[in-house]
Amino acid sequence: MNFFNYRVIIFLLCSVFGIVFTIPSIIQSDFGQKVSLGLDLQGGMHIRLGVKTDEAVQNKIKSISTSLKYFAQKDNILIEDFRFDESSIKFVLLDSDEMKKLDDELSTIQGLDIIKDDLLNYTITLQVQEIELVKDMAVSQAVETIRNRLDQFGLAEPTVIRQGISDIVVELPGIKNAEEEKQARELIARPANLELMAVDEVRDDQVYSLNERTARDYGSIIVPDAKDDKIKHLLKELPILTGEDVVDARVAFDESNQPIINFTLSSAGARIFGDFTAKNIGNRLAIVLDGKVYSSPVIRERIGGGSGQISGGFTIIEAGNVAIALRSGALPASVEMLEKRSVGPSLGADSIKASMIALVGGFVLVMIFMIVYYGYAGIISNLALISNIFIILAVMALFGATLTLPGMAGIVLTVGMAVDANVIINERIREFLKEGKSVAKAIEDGYANAMRAILDANITTLLAAVILYAYGTGPIKGFAITISIGILASMITAILGTHGVYLTLSHKITKAKNTRKWFGLKQG
Amino acid sequence: MQFFNSDKIYDLMRYKIPFLGLSLFLFLASLGLLSTKGLNFGIDFVGGSVIQVKYTTTAPIDLIRAELEKTQHLKNAVVSEFGSDDEVLIKITNTSTDLGSDIGDQITSILAPTGEFELRRVDMVGPKVGNELKEKGIIALSLTLLVILIYVSFRFEWRFAVASIIALVHDIIIAIGFISLFSVEVNLDILAALLTILGYSINDTIIVFDRIREGVSKSISDDLNHLVNHSISNTLARTTLTSLTTLFVVFTLYLFGSEIISGFAFTLLIGIVIGTYSSIFIAATILVQLRFSVNDFRQKEAEKVKKQKEKDRIRAMYEKGIV
Repeated sequence: MNFFNYRVIIFLLCSVFGIVFTIPSIIQSDFGQKVSLGLDLQGGMHIRLGVKTDEAVQNKIKSISTSLKYFAQKDNILIEDFRFDESSIKFVLLDSDEMKKLDDELSTIQGLDIIKDDLLNYTITLQVQEIELVKDMAVSQAVETIRNRLDQFGLAEPTVIRQGISDIVVELPGIKNAEEEKQARELIARPANLELMAVDEVRDDQVYSLNERTARDYGSIIVPDAKDDKIKHLLKELPILTGEDVVDARVAFDESNQPIINFTLSSAGARIFGDFTAKNIGNRLAIVLDGKVYSSPVIRERIGGGSGQISGGFTIIEAGNVAIALRSGALPASVEMLEKRSVGPSLGADSIKASMIALVGGFVLVMIFMIVYYGYAGIISNLALISNIFIILAVMALFGATLTLPGMAGIVLTVGMAVDANVIINERIREFLKEGKSVAKAIEDGYANAMRAILDANITTLLAAVILYAYGTGPIKGFAITISIGILASMITAILGTHGVYLTLSHKITKAKNTRKWFGLKQG
Repeated sequence: MQFFNSDKIYDLMRYKIPFLGLSLFLFLASLGLLSTKGLNFGIDFVGGSVIQVKYTTTAPIDLIRAELEKTQHLKNAVVSEFGSDDEVLIKITNTSTDLGSDIGDQITSILAPTGEFELRRVDMVGPKVGNELKEKGIIALSLTLLVILIYVSFRFEWRFAVASIIALVHDIIIAIGFISLFSVEVNLDILAALLTILGYSINDTIIVFDRIREGVSKSISDDLNHLVNHSISNTLARTTLTSLTTLFVVFTLYLFGSEIISGFAFTLLIGIVIGTYSSIFIAATILVQLRFSVNDFRQKEAEKVKKQKEKDRIRAMYEKGIV
């Protein structure tokens, strides 16, 4: 009697493996790998963001403009008629003797197409590859920035991944309420564009009689006030410094106990800031955040320390968010929401409850049916079925797969389909028993004949599941995963496992001479 | 226990014309429904927003409608009860791309006067994503059919493959017909259900075809009609049993699963019934109609065996060092 044939041993090992690695998920212990629940079951938010990459290109042009102008000023190169738009920078160089110096400087900036005519009219655009590069960088930088922000926001396990060319998927499990969700969304969306800009002292008093175009002709822009949209400021178009030069930002409180944000500049930023303030004593400096002027103090002396503050009626939460956003850097371009799916925790709990009822109910029905129809053979199939479910959960836990609502449905469906192999085998065994074969021979031939059909059938279903995984999104992937693991596990439990059990018991079955009890066959 | 007498051979081929006729009728009726009534696409494929709201008391649906009416872009919102009388589903064709103030935030403030409630689900799919999902869905369905075609051709013969694909298309179209008839909202989960039906139905069909293949090589009969009857009758118990166990679980899923998953379970329910029907009555019939030749297949199989034997012989010789 071959009590421990290799089939039984494999079956037992797999079952033990399944049970051991499922335990942490069931008792929710802190040890070991657990099956993680999808957002639809535990509640949370899934959003897909589109990065407006064109903006990143515009910003690049703007920042090149800023550094060119700074360079020209520093080296006293006279240029005139300086202007820039979404895709190009134009200016006229006044002194041809300085052309070499300017061209040398321009050649240090990569990816530029420079056209100049005899009259020293310069037109600078970005090369096509450079534009692609800027867009690509913008998306990866946005991913990094959003990840940093959410890490500091203090939610458990935020995921931020890039999808496709310009999309980003953000998943936030465990959001407790609508308020928290809104805050998280605001934090993600905040551009956090800090700009220190000079007030156009010559024309600021005419700001209300100017429009965008005329202001631009003077090299200035109109910016609304943060406290009141109706108040406008006329600022020099090119910022002195931007958020890129900020190395730290913290929430603090001013004398009247209002929250403010203290920021620190990098050493290079501090130098530029020092130079500017030294030259502009008596003028005003505007602190602009996301296109709004928060304050515009008069410069009294050279400011060398490289720090500043933003004040202006923040709530504490807002100030905290701004500080986080400034620390983790500005978004290179703004983002828009392309898709959003959020589920409240109570709905997730309801879904778990409902699908558990369906799972257990369906499971019990199938098991009872198998016993009624096949007798002891049904019990053996049921053992395989139970083992199958443990293995699915264990494999999911080990690979860190996510259990979603469709995934639950997948498990329910697997229960129905996993008995299929056993039905095919049992039917074959019955046929051979009727033909008068011995029990041992009937079992052997039954498995041999059923195998080909089961394999063909399982492989085609598996192929369909793989395609579903490849082309499905989010929760649907979960369905494909549980089905695939279920099919693979059923090959071990329902085919190998039950075969082993029969081999172990075949003596007993032969001796019992009761095919009705064992295979549910009608006697005679 | 036994449902079918496994010794009995049912003469199904005698009724092939009525069954083909029934299938043709269902198939055409489904296509007719699709072209007139069409499908009730959900936000996954056409874009839009869905908000599920649960009230602490019975949901004041009329009041909710009235409040939504007041806002211009929410005028076309559809409000319906969802699962129980304290829960409503609001469907809007609009989407908002603004992260700071999304459709959920707007609804929260608009519905503030209607009572105490909680937003349980806010789904928003922008038009770009919707198109992408639709595209991916169609690719997934066609790819699955193609892969099955290749696999079955490889394992059996092209006629088996064509017959199974026709049976599959038959199943899918009729299932979609029912989806249209009952106005089931078509979202990603329905797509998943359809793909599952594909897998499930091909499973059933292959079991029958496997028997035919076996019957051919065991030379039970040269008459294909007889062979098909024999194979289907032999597998009848298995086909119905498996369908039954699967139906048990899908039916419990339909009854007790949450409202969100009911469309999915419904589609599976229909699909399993049709898939089982087509495996028994249609797939093999089409094989017969495609003029599958028992003798040709036997010859090919014999050749395969011969080739394999030849290979083995040469290998054996090689191993013995004769060549």
